[in-house]
This record gives sequence, structure tokens and C-alpha cells, in this order.
Amino acid sequence: MTANRLAESLLALSQQEELVDLPKDYLLSESEDEGDGDGERKHQKLLEAISSLDGKNRRKSAERSEASLKVSEFNVSSEGSGEKLVLADLLEPVKTSSSLATVKKQLNRVKSKKTVELPLNKEEIERIHREVAFNKTSQVLSKWDPIVLKNRQAEQLVFPLEKEEPVIAPIEHVLSSWKARTPLEQEIFNLLHKNKQPVTDPLLTPVEKASLHAMSLEEAKMRRAELQRARALQSYYEAKARREKKIKSKKYHKLVKKGKAKKALKEFEQLRKANPAAALEELEKIEKARMMERMSLKHQNSGKWAKSKAIMAKYDLEARQAMQEQLAKNKELTQKLQVASESEEEEGGAEEVEELLVPDAVNEVQMNVNGPNPWMLRSCTSDTKEAAAEEDPEQLPEPVAHEVSESEGEERPEAEDDTLLREFEERRSLRKRSELNQDAEPAGSQETKDSSSQEVLSELRALSQKLKENHQSRKQKASSEGTVPQVQREEPAPEEEEPLLLQRPERVQTLEELEKEECFQNKELSRPVLEGHWSEKIPNNHPDAPQEKKKEEEMIDLQNLLTTQSLSVKSLAVPTIEMLEDEVERNQRQMIKEAFAGDDVIRDFLKEKREAAEASKPKDVDLTLPGWGEWGGVGLKPSAKKRRRFLIKAPEGPPRKDKNLPNVIINEKRNIHAAAHQVRVLPYPFTHHRQFERTIQTPIGFTWNTQRAFQKLTTPKVITKPGHIIKPIKAEDVGYRSSSRSDISVIQRNPKRVTTRHKKQLKKNSAD
Amino acid sequence: MKVKMLSRNPDNYVRETKFDLQRVPRNYDPALHPFEVPREYVRALNATKLERVFAKPFLASLDGHRDGVNCLAKHPKNLATVLSGACDGEVRIWNLTQRKCIRTIQAHEGFVRGICTRFCGTSFFTVGDDKTVKQWKMDGPGYGEEEEPLHTILGKTVYTGIDHHWKEAVFATCGQQVDIWDEQRTNPICSMTWGFDSISSVKFNPIETFLLGSCASDRNIVLYDMRQATPLKKVILDMRTNTICWNPMEAFIFTAANEDYNLYTFDMRALDTPVMVHMDHVSAVLDVDYSPTGKEFVSASFDKSIRIFPIDKSRSREVYHTKRMQHVICVKWTSDSKYIMCGSDEMNIRLWKANASEKLGVLTSREKAAKDYNQKLKEKFQHHPHIKRIARHRHLPKSIYSQIQEQRIMKEARRRKEMNRIKHSKPGSVPVVSEKKKHVVAVVK
Repeated sequence: MTANRLAESLLALSQQEELVDLPKDYLLSESEDEGDGDGERKHQKLLEAISSLDGKNRRKSAERSEASLKVSEFNVSSEGSGEKLVLADLLEPVKTSSSLATVKKQLNRVKSKKTVELPLNKEEIERIHREVAFNKTSQVLSKWDPIVLKNRQAEQLVFPLEKEEPVIAPIEHVLSSWKARTPLEQEIFNLLHKNKQPVTDPLLTPVEKASLHAMSLEEAKMRRAELQRARALQSYYEAKARREKKIKSKKYHKLVKKGKAKKALKEFEQLRKANPAAALEELEKIEKARMMERMSLKHQNSGKWAKSKAIMAKYDLEARQAMQEQLAKNKELTQKLQVASESEEEEGGAEEVEELLVPDAVNEVQMNVNGPNPWMLRSCTSDTKEAAAEEDPEQLPEPVAHEVSESEGEERPEAEDDTLLREFEERRSLRKRSELNQDAEPAGSQETKDSSSQEVLSELRALSQKLKENHQSRKQKASSEGTVPQVQREEPAPEEEEPLLLQRPERVQTLEELEKEECFQNKELSRPVLEGHWSEKIPNNHPDAPQEKKKEEEMIDLQNLLTTQSLSVKSLAVPTIEMLEDEVERNQRQMIKEAFAGDDVIRDFLKEKREAAEASKPKDVDLTLPGWGEWGGVGLKPSAKKRRRFLIKAPEGPPRKDKNLPNVIINEKRNIHAAAHQVRVLPYPFTHHRQFERTIQTPIGFTWNTQRAFQKLTTPKVITKPGHIIKPIKAEDVGYRSSSRSDISVIQRNPKRVTTRHKKQLKKNSAD
Repeated sequence: MKVKMLSRNPDNYVRETKFDLQRVPRNYDPALHPFEVPREYVRALNATKLERVFAKPFLASLDGHRDGVNCLAKHPKNLATVLSGACDGEVRIWNLTQRKCIRTIQAHEGFVRGICTRFCGTSFFTVGDDKTVKQWKMDGPGYGEEEEPLHTILGKTVYTGIDHHWKEAVFATCGQQVDIWDEQRTNPICSMTWGFDSISSVKFNPIETFLLGSCASDRNIVLYDMRQATPLKKVILDMRTNTICWNPMEAFIFTAANEDYNLYTFDMRALDTPVMVHMDHVSAVLDVDYSPTGKEFVSASFDKSIRIFPIDKSRSREVYHTKRMQHVICVKWTSDSKYIMCGSDEMNIRLWKANASEKLGVLTSREKAAKDYNQKLKEKFQHHPHIKRIARHRHLPKSIYSQIQEQRIMKEARRRKEMNRIKHSKPGSVPVVSEKKKHVVAVVK
């Protein structure tokens, strides 16, 4: 290759030289003319004249000699050597003469074309071909990489790879070649023919076929399951309806109805927002119902029942009320429904506006009666608390607590009831104890037994009131919304506080316990809440108890946290958790410190070494037989003399190898016999001795494994079927599409001819 | 007073029919079955010993040829049919189940150099020293008909090998050059050359069927692409390669049987380093054939033995020899991967089990389970010295045994010398060449 290039360049150089020669001569002659003096010129002229006398030949020879004079034999003179011949210079004299137009054109054409590169030699071309072909082929082959890798790593390979599907000949085909021969067979066939049963093709009656086609087994199964489910659901629904129907309470039914109406209204509201057209239709329906109501005499105290009631109305208040109710209902039903608009919202007033300022989530929680999110709930309470603080800073703690307790009760009234009941029980037990040791009570010294029993009663009353109040407040919440109930809620608070204020120190302790329990039960949510709840009472009772103080601080902290961070509604739960996590971390660190405080590795090691040395020392052998030659029995020891006599002292062993090595324990108990069976070097695929040990230690036999596990553990890596030919892997086997063109067609289409352009391209590729 | 009685439900211990298996309640509490490792170790040891006891690989010898067997071919559709060509130009077709020759053809004058079957199994091709390529029908001639080839192609030069395409009616011959033939034509569709030397064997890739590999007597292995009609690459090894064989499960892997007693497994995309050098033979390796599972291959050697190598191991797992078997010239692994056939100089074709201690015939499920368990135990404890020693133990003929010792000494001496050279020269001036790279002289693009 390099040789070739060299040759090429040489050739080019020589061409250039030829071209350069010409103008040089010309230039040289000119400069000669200018440079020399007149005498010289004259002399030249003379020479020319003389030479012209002889003829053409003579003159030419003179020219040649001249050139050889100027251009030295060894190197071209440096004059004008840097300049390159440009075609334009040569053409300049031609410009004037129009007769040379064709030549000019040709020359121009030559100028526009580039010089053609020398073709590569054959070997080079072939080499390039090979390289390109090889790259192509290896690319084709690399598609097999994942499959090869997969097969190499496969737990199990089953050969032959392609699954031969057993070909089942349809029974029609089998039957077509078969004929009834025996009389019995013929009889049967006759019967079949009589019954128009198809014998060979299609074997099934059209009806059967249709039924077969209609539904596959899976479909049928699915369908059945669906039907079953539907039936079950229906039965549940029916049972529920029956149960509900059985309920006699009018109140309940009223509530249900109300709920339904509310729900309908809500749905309508939603519909109004989501799909105004549908809402309009709904509205029309309502309107129509109103019209119907207006037309009918249903609720107009004109029915049979109404008339009978009207008679009674004079004397019976209830009857009168019932009639009133009916009328009210009529009024309600015939009242025109007002489409909620902006004007309505504007009418809401200052309270409403305030509410609107609060984020939507809060509103939702307050509206939502049956299942508020505890997180949202807390945030909402804090918000309202803020509002309350703005209104009346003095009243701050109480409403918060009440609201909280209430909301908690609302959330899980059962829990609340439970706690109340438990509280009650505990108090009773405490009461009993206090009765036993009366002197423990500081405040109750002047009180008698009667008073104590009275107290129990009062407490009971208080508890029941609490319960009732909770229920009430729940109902209130259900019925009303917003800030209105706050006022109502404040009322029962003093009543509730009274019995708590009367409590003694012991009781407080029990309360603490209770609180702990509570904390345990409902961790994050109820703890601050409850603490808030207790915080009002505890300081009232014991302002000087140090423990309580501590708790109070903590609680205040939490409260601060709540108040400060309640501005952002979302991120309320996060900081408390973080705090807890921090605490946990600190605790853990301390625990670890404590755990490893007494750890002395060096001492342990020394102890170990001492033990190893002790164990390796040869032991004395005691051959005394108790009772031999003297009395024996329980509690009797062989005499010291005898023991001394029969004790065989072990000889002192050789010194330990690690005697003088303080940091080493050398195990001298290597069993040579066992070592012969042991693996000395870690075998290849394992990277750690523990890995290897583990594989050895897991048994694979049926003695230690269940049948299934045994089979799984002992499956061979390669399974071949006897008598089956295993064919080479095919692209189709592994999901690849094999090349559609056959190899032979490709060859015939690719005759071994390569155009020069193709070659050039190839060369370019190879250069890249 | 209540009397306590033993009461058992017969459902728990009575079989429904007498054909049911007896239920054996088992308690798998490990405390009840101690010493699992030692017990399994003993089982493994016993399994290994039994394996050696039952290792009787030789099945049959097919005799009938009147000269050394030069080439073998499998029937692509029939497991029981085998074709063989001898050095006297005779081709025989054998039935392995009957262990009989079912047909004899005097195919060529001089050696039958190569034999291959068509992918459909209806005909086969032979090439001989008489410069001809002949196509024969697989079925014998009818009564009264003469034994004649379907086609005969008379070439200009001697053909030394032949192989048929795996899917199409194309075959390749080698000699002076690699020729690709259409079955219907008397001239090759294309001829591929790279340098001038006699090519001893050519093989089609069974997966990517347009690929060919050949090995020539100027020590090189050349790969060709049939579709692009060019050679692809050439690798020159230390010594001549006798034949190559492609892995039937891994498209780019092939193994070359070399004169320097070794086999080289190459990835054809990276020819500069063989994937594995398989060394155990003590004389030139003459033939190699892959198991159809692609996990092992068998090699035939001039040292009168055949060896089975796992593809990822450099040492053989098995060596077969008999007293009467001379230089083994050709070897084939049957397409159900259960048997191995080898043809040797002393005119016999021998049939071996691929797995020496395998029990032939149908196994009961218990036998199968026991076999699998034993196999797994052997694998599990294969690194333990006693088991390793027993599993590796083979009786070898004295010639091979002494050769191995000699080889070992020579190799050790060479290694020592190399080490000394490295030790006593300037660090870095004597490069350390790995065993894999040592044998590759050059890769020519």
C-alpha cells in the first residue's frame, strides 16, 4: 500500500516538473535579456543571424543547449520555483483569437474536472471487501449473543428445542377411510342414517356445532361466575333492604329519607358542575314533579286520613301537628327550586367569607360527617382555633380542647365510650383501695364514707353526661356546620370540668396511666390531642408536681408546634414524625454506646487463648474405682491415698507454638485423616469459602428434603429424549425471524463484479 | 372411669386399591436426620465408585471395510443409519440397530475423501481422489438395476472435502479453492480463494447457514461468507488445522482440531484469541464433532484414542480407546447425543456410549431419580480430593500414558525456561504470553 502511494506521488511530481519546466525557460530567457547589456544583445543577435543562415535544425539545437546551460544538471535553479503553473495564465494569449474557441471550451471542461485517482490494486480491493463483509457478518451473528448467554446459564435445557406438536387427525379423516363391513356395524350405520345423524363429516349436528361455537369453556365459566356474583349481590341487597324495612323507628326512616334527599341534592350539585346539560334535564324533572304535586291533592289535607285527623285536630295536638307537617311538606314540594347562583353565595355573610378563605380541604372535613381524615381534622381544628384566638384570646384553650375531644369522639365514638367506661372502672377500683387506706387521701380527711359514696355517684353522673354530650355534639355536628356549634359546645364544658377538678393526686396518676394507654392506642393523632385535653386540668390540680411540669412543657412545645405550623395545612404531620425519628436515632446511638461500653476485645481474646491452651493440654487419667477395697456409696469418696495411687499423670506436652506470639492462636489439632477428605483450595466458581461451605452443607437427598424439593434439587442440567434427533438451533426456535431470502438466491443476484464507484466507496469506508 | 384406648382412622393407613403406593409418613425434622454432610459425602463417594465400575462405553464394532475408514456421515433423518467412506473408494451404509452393513458401493477410485448427506436424507454426496463429485441415492437400486450415481461431476483438481448446506440444494467442496455448487449444475456457482494452498476441509455453519469455515495446509483457518462470495478472515495458527466443526447451538463458535495435539475453540468474531484451548491428546488431532446439545465435543486423534471435552473446559472428561483401535481418522456424535462413532485406520467403525456409565434402555422412575441424585451428588462433591481422584482415574494404554508423562516433562521444562528467561532479563523485555495467545500466529484481515 505504502509503496503504491509512493509511486503515485512520484508520478505526480514528475508531471509537475514537466509543467514547470516550460515557463521557467521562458522567464529565464527574459531576465537574461533585461539583465545583460547592449553588447550582449548585439552578440546574441549576431548569433541568431548566423544560425538562421543554416536553417531550422541548427536553431533548435542552439535552444536546447541554452536550456541545459541555464538549468543545472543536478538541481533546478531556484528562480520562480515557488510558482505553480495555472491554466489561466496559459490561456491568456488565447483569449484574443476567436478561432481557438473550441480549444478553450475543452480546456475549461478539463479545468472543471478533478483528476481521477489511480485505481487500487486488486489485493487491496479484496482486503477492503473482506473487511466490510466480516463486519457485516459479525453484526448478523451478534444477534445470537443473548440466546447463547441464556442457554449457557440455563438451569435446565431440554432437547430437542423445538416442541413437536402432536398432530391429531380429525376424526372425520379417520372415518372417511373406514367402512362398515360387519352386519352389526352396518346396522348401526343404518340406525344413524335414519336418525339423520351425520356420520363422517361434520360428525356434529348443526345445532350442536352452533352451541359449541357459541361459548367456549372459559367463557362459560366466566359467565357463570359473573352470574353467581350478581345473584349473591342481589341477595345481599335484598337482605339488607328487608332488615332496614324491619326497623320500626320512625326517626331512623326519617333520617334515611333526609340522607337520601341530601344525597340527591349533592349529586345534583355535582352534576351541575360537571355536566350542566344533564343537570338541566334533572332540573326539568324536578320541575315536573313540582307541577305534578301542584296538580295533585296529595298533601293538601283533603284525603281520608287528613279528614279524620281534622276531626281530631281540635283536641289532639299531635294530629294538629301531623296536619301541619303535611301542609309544610306540600309547601316544600311545591316550592320553586332555586338554582344556586353567585347571589346566594354573596348572601352568606362575613362568616361564609371567612370560611372561603380557609382552604377547601378544611371545609370538606367540616362538611364531611361520617369519615373525616384524622390529619385534615387536626388541621381544621387548629384553624378554627386560630379563628377563635382572633375573636377571643382568653377563651383559647377551652374550645380547642372541646372541639378536639368532640372530634375525636366523632371519629370513633366507640373508643371514646370505651375509654370512658374504663375510666369509670378504674376509678371504682381506686375508690375501693382508697377506702382501705383512708389516710392516703389528703383532701378527703374530713369526708366520711357517705361522702365518698356520694362522690362515686356524682362521678357516675358526670361520666354519663359526658357520654350523652358526646352523642349530642355528634348530632349537632351532623345537622349544622361551621362556627355555629362552637357556641353550643362551650356550654357543657363547665359541667364536664367539675368532677375532674375535684380529683385527688392518686386519681391523677391513674389518669396518667390512662393517658399512656391512650397514647399507645392511637399514637400520633390522639397523643397531642389528648395532652391538650389534659393540659387544662392537670395544672389546675397540681401546679407543683415536677413530672407534670415536664409533661406540660412538652405539651406546650407540641402545641406551639401545632399553632406555628398550622398555617400550612399540608405539612402538619411531617415535623412531629421527624422529631420522633430524631429522638429514636439519638436513643439508638446511646443504646449502642451503652451496649458496647463494657466490651473488651483484647481481654476476650486472651481468655480465648488461655482456654485453647488449657484444652490442648494432656489430661490426667484417674483410674480410681470407688468401693474397691473400701466402703463405697453415696457421699463417700475414695481415699486420698488411693486416688493418688491410681492417678496417672499425663506427660508434659511440647510447648505451644503460639507461646511467644501474643496476638495469635495456633490450632494444633489438625486431623490428618480428615484432611485427606477435605478440600484444600477454594474451587473455581466460588468466591468465598463460606459460599462453598453453604453449598456443601445444604443436603439434597430425599432423607432431608420433601419429595418435591428433592426432585427440584436433582433435576439434570441437560435432558435429552432418547430416540429424538436434536437439530441445530434455528432462528425461528428462539423467536427471531430468519432471513427470508435464501442463501443461493443471494449468491445468484450478487455476481462477483464490483464497479469502480463501489470500490471508491469501499475505500472511503475503510479509510474511516 | 374413662378408659383411654388407641384409636386409629383406617383412612390414614389403608390403601384404596392394592395398586396404590404404600404411604410412608416421614418426619423431616433435621434433628432426626443428623450428619447430613458426611452421609451425603459417603453417598457421593459410592456413586463415583459405581460410576467407574459401570463405565463400559464400548458398544459395538462395525467391520466390513477393506481399508481404513476415511470419513463418516450421519443420516439427517434417521438415527440408525450411518455412512462411511474408506480409503479404497468404498462407501458403506450401516444400520446401527442391527449393527450390519446394509449397502456397499464402490464409489471412487482411490480414497473417498469426503462424504455428506443431503439435508432431506434422500441422497448423499461423495468426493474422491479421482477428481469427481458424485451424488448417490440413499435407497439402494431396485432389483436388476446397477449401482450408479445420480450425478457425477468431473472436476479439474482433486477434491479433499465436501459439505452440504443445511437448508438448500447447495454444497461446498474444497481442494485448491472452496467451490459452492448448485446441485443442478456442473459448474460451481462461485469459487473462493485466498492464497494458494490445498484446503483440507470445509464446513457449513449449521445456524447461520451462509457461513463456511475451511482449513488449509498452510496452517490457516479461513472463514467465508457464501452470500457475499468473499472470504472473511483468516487466522494462522502454529501448526496445521486438520478440520473444524461448528457448534450447533452457538452460531459463532467453532472448534479446530490441530496438528499440535490441541483443539482450539474460537469465537469467529474475535479470532486473535481462542476462547479455549483444549489439550489432552498426545498426538495430532484428526477430527472433531460437536454433540448436538452443543455442550461437549468429541475429538479423534492419531494417538489411537478419542476424547470428549466439555466446551468450557480445557481438559477432557473422558478418553476412549481399545487395544485394537488404531489411529482414529474420523469421529461423529450421533444426533440424539447418546452415542459416538469413530472410524479408524484398522478398517473398523466403533460405536461408543457418550456417557460411559449410562444404563441403556428404559429406566424406571426410581432408577431415574437415583441416577439424577447420584449425578448431583457427584457434582456437589467433585472438588473433594478422594472423589476427584476416583472420578478422574482412567486406564490408559502404555503408549499414551508414557507420552503424557513425557509431554508433561517437556511442558514443565519449557515453562521453567520461560520463567528463567523472564527472571534474568530486564523487567518487561520478555513479555508473558498467555497459553491462549501463544498458538495464534496472526490474524489476516
